[in-house]
Amino acid sequence: MIGDWIDIGWVDEIPVRGSRTVPVAGGEEVAVFRTADGKVFALANRCPHKGGPLSQGIVHGHSVACPLHNWQIALATGEAQGGDKGCAPTIPVKLSGGRVLLCRASTLKAAA
Amino acid sequence: MDFYEQDLGAAADDRTVQAALPHLVVIGNGMAGCRAVEELLARDAGRYRVTIFGAEPHVNYNRIMLSPVLAGEKTFDEIVINDRAWYADNGIDLIVADPVERIDRAAKTVTSRSGRTVAYDRLLIATGSDPFIIPVPGRDLHGVIGFRDLHDVDRMLAAAEKGGDAVVIGGGLLGLEAAHGLTLRGMKVTVLHIMPTLMERQLDEAAAWLLKTALEARGQTILTGADTAEIVGDGWVEGVRLKDGREIPASLVVMAVGIRPSVALARECGLEVGRGVKVDDHMVTSDPAVLAVGECVEHDGLVYGLVAPLWEMCRALADGLVEQPTGYRGSVTSTKLKVAGLDVFSAGDFSGGEGTEDIVLRDASRGIYKRVVLKEDRVVGAVLYGDTADGGWYFDLMRKGEDVAMLRDMLIFGQAYASGGGRTDPKAAVAALSDDTEICGCNGVSKGQVVAAIAGGACSLDAVRATCKASASCGSCTGLVETLLAVTLGDEVESGPKTMCQCTSFTHDDVRREIVAQGLRSIPEVMQRLHWSTPDGCSSCRPALNYYLLCALPGDYEDDQQSRFVNERLHANIQKDGTYSVVPRMWGGLTNPRELRAIADVVEKYHAPMVKVTGGQRLDIFGIRKEDLPAVWADLNAAGMVSGHAYGKALRTVKTCVGSEWCRFGTQDSTGLGVKLEKMTWGSWMPHKFKIAVSGCPRNCAEATIKDFGVVCVDSGYELHVGGNGGMKVRVTDLLCKVATEQEAMEYCAAFTQLYREEARYLERTAPWVERVGLDYVKRRIVEDEGNRKALTRRFLHSQSFSQDDPWATRAAGADRQLHHPMAEFQPMPAVAAE
Ligand code: SRM
Ligand SMILES: Cc1cc2nc3c(=O)[nH]c(=O)nc-3n(C[C@H](O)[C@H](O)[C@H](O)COP(=O)(O)OP(=O)(O)OC[C@H]3O[C@@H](n4cnc5c(N)ncnc54)[C@H](O)[C@@H]3O)c2cc1C
Ligand code: SF4
Ligand code: FES
Repeated sequence: MIGDWIDIGWVDEIPVRGSRTVPVAGGEEVAVFRTADGKVFALANRCPHKGGPLSQGIVHGHSVACPLHNWQIALATGEAQGGDKGCAPTIPVKLSGGRVLLCRASTLKAAA
Repeated sequence: MDFYEQDLGAAADDRTVQAALPHLVVIGNGMAGCRAVEELLARDAGRYRVTIFGAEPHVNYNRIMLSPVLAGEKTFDEIVINDRAWYADNGIDLIVADPVERIDRAAKTVTSRSGRTVAYDRLLIATGSDPFIIPVPGRDLHGVIGFRDLHDVDRMLAAAEKGGDAVVIGGGLLGLEAAHGLTLRGMKVTVLHIMPTLMERQLDEAAAWLLKTALEARGQTILTGADTAEIVGDGWVEGVRLKDGREIPASLVVMAVGIRPSVALARECGLEVGRGVKVDDHMVTSDPAVLAVGECVEHDGLVYGLVAPLWEMCRALADGLVEQPTGYRGSVTSTKLKVAGLDVFSAGDFSGGEGTEDIVLRDASRGIYKRVVLKEDRVVGAVLYGDTADGGWYFDLMRKGEDVAMLRDMLIFGQAYASGGGRTDPKAAVAALSDDTEICGCNGVSKGQVVAAIAGGACSLDAVRATCKASASCGSCTGLVETLLAVTLGDEVESGPKTMCQCTSFTHDDVRREIVAQGLRSIPEVMQRLHWSTPDGCSSCRPALNYYLLCALPGDYEDDQQSRFVNERLHANIQKDGTYSVVPRMWGGLTNPRELRAIADVVEKYHAPMVKVTGGQRLDIFGIRKEDLPAVWADLNAAGMVSGHAYGKALRTVKTCVGSEWCRFGTQDSTGLGVKLEKMTWGSWMPHKFKIAVSGCPRNCAEATIKDFGVVCVDSGYELHVGGNGGMKVRVTDLLCKVATEQEAMEYCAAFTQLYREEARYLERTAPWVERVGLDYVKRRIVEDEGNRKALTRRFLHSQSFSQDDPWATRAAGADRQLHHPMAEFQPMPAVAAE
């Protein structure tokens, strides 16, 4: 069965205040984040500034600091904060019984 | 009509107009008298014709700054409040060096020593106080001086020029400032204080003890419980004899035992006088035509000896003179000692007793003592020693009588801590102050006035000082003024000590101190206890906190990976394309065929696009994927290599030259020492990166004089250099000292590293740190204090015993695998969720 949501694993495989990546064959790698308050977000793993791997940044509150030049990216919207302009694509994600599910359609879009 | 005629004509007109105005005569050209006139002019400049009589031969100056003048920190010109132009511009008749000797209230005239008689409509007495001279034999000898005016300072300076011994009688504010000044002027000073503790009216026993210890450390002799029996000498003073028989030699005796309101004139003309000239709330004496203000008055049974009340009195007085009476209701006062490096603050009643509660904080190692006294949930007194930053806040709570029940638990840690929430921002706290809050106590400038000055174009600290005089005297309000600049002008101004980040109102130093003082053990605990305004910090405070805790609790603290920058998490340097570079350690720049072969193999096996000799005498392999890192490390480990920490706020490289083993000029085994230093220091986490070099002779081929710690070998031993930097802002090292043996060089290196680790701010390299704290300080801690050096070395080695595990080895063995592998991978269609 192919659902609308793709199961990528247990939530506790993502470090708290950390991130894991999910490469998409032929598409753009996804970064899945877990925040201190237990929420999960997913963004394209590509900083709107110069493509830095957001998954490697420091996660704080509901933001991640890009490891290359420290842009602060809002996890919920992918929007660069402060004076910086730019947006990383978001991928809908949800938790179900401790499993992390990514929205298939969005992943496909990212892959397209 | 030519230009001059017109000018003179106008002046003559002015005079006629002026003569028609009611005449206000002021006796006393001091702080209160002139301030009262300033306040009056600010309200209605054309209302009175003003004449001021001054006994001193000077314009009005800031009396409280006589202490810095005595100490050589200020000149007289710098403490003038109103220069001649001010008097002229405001049409004020100033008569100096001619004291008023008689007031005839019936005729409404005053008569001066030179015989000048002037009629008044309103008279203002502002004669201040006289120093109290204790009635002991010998008090009239030459060389016995009070401390009240510029003349006294001149006489003290003349005496100090000859050097020798000085005795200051009186261990209160004034006496201690005199003693400080005379010490700086080269005299050997003894302070005699009759009470058991210094400044007993301002300080409790604990704070007084700290103060006494600090003054003794500066070379003063402090005798408490010392009761003067006689001042001895023949014409000139030669010494002081105490009632217990001791005799202290002295060529100068300063009497600073207290002041007496100067009330003789008022008493002689029949005004009502108690301890001071009695005044009502509008500063009017028992004669409605006569006002009085300043230290010479008694209001509501109280006399004051500080400037803050004068400003309030002057406001009430001027309001009354322009017939918009507001009234003075008495003042609560606070005091500060203006002795550089000694922060002492006190306010209110701290005698304790019935119904009061004490909250006390002591930090013995930093010499800090704070005590806040509460009564029925209100602050009634405070004594601060060593850290007086919150004095103003306690004082404000006290004056406003605010209920502090809610703040009680945190009160003692100060405003930033106690206010929590939205007010942790010091800017917000300053912005919230009311306009009439006094910012500058020395010059009586309110927040409203500072803000008005800034709004009027004073965009820098200097400009504010020049315009409204705030922060222009003792400077203790400089931080507040800077914050006001920032609040008013936004980011256009640089403000004082920086907070760590927007998550907190604390500075790096505060946080480091509190971690140790409160024994904090984890990042969440620090954030909780220090009232972080964000739930889990930000990308700038988290790495700093992680480091501070690691440094404070070696072996105990569990490193928080998520608070590290990616390079330190992955033990490699991230590149612009998201791959990593790998730099294995080459001890002292030495390598061998086996290591070179292993590196060559890695380059080929993992298709590294580039390998390069770095500026730090080792090889850098570029373009490794994070997935491959553990395998790369395993291969390098197998050849005996460990992480080079090229990615870390840590020890980087130890550069060496060939030294005595090969070089025809080499004086010592620089290569060998470099290897030993690297073996000792590698793996150590630091506030910032740290580089070492050892050169075999002063030709300095290893560039040791631009390193954080550099050794230059010479025939007779090792020159140790610190605080160099070859990066963005090149800085040549300072010479720390010279030592004779390798062993000592190692010990000094460990001690210096540890001092830097313990005291620098995160992301502050040794160069700016040494510049900030001063080379002398570093020398004092390391070179001059053997015990301290050894203790630092011990702490460094202890901490190293937990940090010299190769992080690559554990990763290569499988630790934190998830950091290097994706969580899942999938094809767009069909979806496959695989590990
Ligand atoms: C690889 C190397 C250049 C080279 O190809 O030779 C290098 C590469 C980098 N340097 Fe450097 N520095 C290298 C030697 C130096 C030197 C020379 C030395 O150490 O003798 C200096 C000047 C000396 C000094 O530090 O005082 C130097 C001064 C800097 C600075 C400026 C530091 C400062 O305090 O002003 C930075 C920026 C920083 O640290 O914030 C920097 C930062 C960097 C970073 C980490 C930039 C970054 O954040 O990505 C580069 C990482 C490249 C990588 O992926 O490996 N690098 N860098 C050298 C590695 C040495 C090693 O073996 O570990
Ligand atoms: C060394 C020193 C340090 C101090 N430090 C501080 C401090 O840190 N903080 C603080 O709050 N306070 C401090 N004070 C106290 C402060 O200076 C006084 O409270 C303040 O100067 C009082 O102002 P005043 O106008 O009442 O008296 P004064 O400033 O003394 O002015 C009175 C003036 O009247 C003149 N005068 C007297 N009689 C006559 C007469 N018959 N005819 C004409 N003129 C006359 C006097 O010569 C004098 O110039 C310090 C005082 C001294 C001496
Ligand atoms: S510093 Fe230069 S000259 Fe001196 S020992 Fe080293 S290589 Fe030789
Ligand atoms: S690439 Fe992310 S901040 Fe520059």
